[in-house]
Amino acid sequence: MTEDKQITDGKKRYSAGVLRYKQMGYWDPHYVPKETDLIAMFRMTPQEGVDSEECAAAVAGESSTATWTVVWTDRLTACDLYRAKAYRVDPVPNTGPGTKTEQQYFAYIAYDIDLFEGGSIANLTASIIGNVFGFKAVKALRLEDMRIPVAYLKTFQGPATGVVVERERLDKFGRPLLGATTKPKLGLSGRNYGRVVYEGLKGGLDFMKDDENINSQPFMHWRDRFLYCMEAVNKASAATGEVKGHYLNVTAGTMEEMYARAEFAKSLGSVIIMIDLVIGYTAIQSMALWARKNDMILHLHRAGNSTYSRQKNHGMNFRVICKWMRMAGVDHIHAGTVVGKLEGDPMMIRGFYDTLLDTHTPMQLEKGLFFEQDWASLNKVMPVASGGIHAGQMHQLLTYLGDDVVLQFGGGTIGHPQGIQAGATANRVALEAMVLARNEGRDIWNEGPQILQDAAKWCSPLKAAIDTWGDISFNYESTDTADFAVTPTASI
Amino acid sequence: MMTNHGNRLTQGQFSFLPELTDKQITAQIEYALSKNWALGVEYTDDPHPRNTYWEMYGNPMFDLKDASAILTEVNACRKTFPRHYIRVTAFDATQGVESVQMSYIVNRPKTEPGFGLTRQEIGGRQIQYTVHSYATDKPEGERY
Repeated sequence: MTEDKQITDGKKRYSAGVLRYKQMGYWDPHYVPKETDLIAMFRMTPQEGVDSEECAAAVAGESSTATWTVVWTDRLTACDLYRAKAYRVDPVPNTGPGTKTEQQYFAYIAYDIDLFEGGSIANLTASIIGNVFGFKAVKALRLEDMRIPVAYLKTFQGPATGVVVERERLDKFGRPLLGATTKPKLGLSGRNYGRVVYEGLKGGLDFMKDDENINSQPFMHWRDRFLYCMEAVNKASAATGEVKGHYLNVTAGTMEEMYARAEFAKSLGSVIIMIDLVIGYTAIQSMALWARKNDMILHLHRAGNSTYSRQKNHGMNFRVICKWMRMAGVDHIHAGTVVGKLEGDPMMIRGFYDTLLDTHTPMQLEKGLFFEQDWASLNKVMPVASGGIHAGQMHQLLTYLGDDVVLQFGGGTIGHPQGIQAGATANRVALEAMVLARNEGRDIWNEGPQILQDAAKWCSPLKAAIDTWGDISFNYESTDTADFAVTPTASI
Repeated sequence: MMTNHGNRLTQGQFSFLPELTDKQITAQIEYALSKNWALGVEYTDDPHPRNTYWEMYGNPMFDLKDASAILTEVNACRKTFPRHYIRVTAFDATQGVESVQMSYIVNRPKTEPGFGLTRQEIGGRQIQYTVHSYATDKPEGERY
């Protein structure tokens, strides 16, 4: 089909009018991505009558140099370089005729590094997830994964502190960290709120946490919260001889106000502050710079992500958020629990964790990792597992999530029948017993419940925790699972 | 006396568990060796949470791969410093880590007086906090 071929004759290519994206040169099945190219992989659902290659070319065009019609001013530029190239389209397994899902395709698109400003997530995303998601030629579009070249990664600071230095500062090694979100999340006065923080930390947790929407409301203004929380943190530190922390949420309406809150947290001696994803990429990068300069660990709550990451056909996969946030420079990010109350397939979540923690991630389709990724010595981000988890699941949590994670038991600490300290102690004892057993070579996946029962014999808080929550589980089908065929149906 | 769970300093990986037996310590050493980490023994009588540098009972044992020989070192340290805090530390030289991977206490004083919290009232409602170890009021070596 001639109308599918790229038009190479300059005069024809740039005569006024409308061309198909393939004719304009946004589809090149022979293109071999350069080391320095960014590669994006999209899941596309084309509109009826739009063939998959044209659809991929359109996505490439609209996320790089194209507009709806031919413009002669292209010829003033090195447009062959700046044009993104869709180079591969694979049908998504288990979609299309005979399945309950419309036909979808995985489209691979390569972008020259000069299309992007160094050190700017805002600039990167304005291209990759800018206009194109509302583009009419696609019924739905989802950004599944990206390969970020080392040259581009090197323009980013990366995590302010990183997992290794965080552990050194906190003097906590060889086990997951333990945390809890202060509950109820809304309504406590500063004084009452600090009480919960103190009890949890003294009982054995490493961290307590503000929730995403705890900022400065009428029932508790931010300075009161900061003052009482730091009293609690220091008192618990003296009571246990351990470094303790509370994620003070500095999220506010303006950068000026966030800086003011962060400075106050620093003046009080906090080891960690917190921001929400909803503050935006640029604000996150600014806070990461501030945190690096001020010896502060930066916790990110992923508030808002599920509005665009959960549905499989449209939006973006959370693993891409993980990549961007590692570049943007946060030290902690909520990345799923597998066993808790929030969405998450085990292999998908392992993929998120690998993305945050690896120095080099191989391509692993079963984890949803479509590209090999060299992390260019960017610090590691500590994943946070939070939401509906409890001590009785410790063997599952340790097996799925490993050592480099903050396990956050909110209800599982504060809702303990013997009180908050007992709840914290139950979690800490369960964790230490399980790490000890795993290191001894025991099969914790199968022996886990017995290991917990044995520890509960001498630890009554753990016994009470297991009696209360032992049977609670959240078994719902995941909406986001890997789509890959063992033998890929690649169209190279 | 400390009033937290166990009435004790809870630094390290296993301070919420009953004292580790020699067999349990050996199993943890074997775990570290299986990961190719080097083991070190460190002791102190200043358990402040930010006292990073405990004294080294010799350099990390990079070339010693025998768990029982390492346990012998642990026990020699315990014998020399029976009333000190002693921890076993595992070092990982892998790129991207190059830091401590394990740290657990294997010896502690009979009584642990713990820490006081000193509050210095400064401007506004702010307080400057200092965690102070009661034991360190006495000179090094005479604390427990």
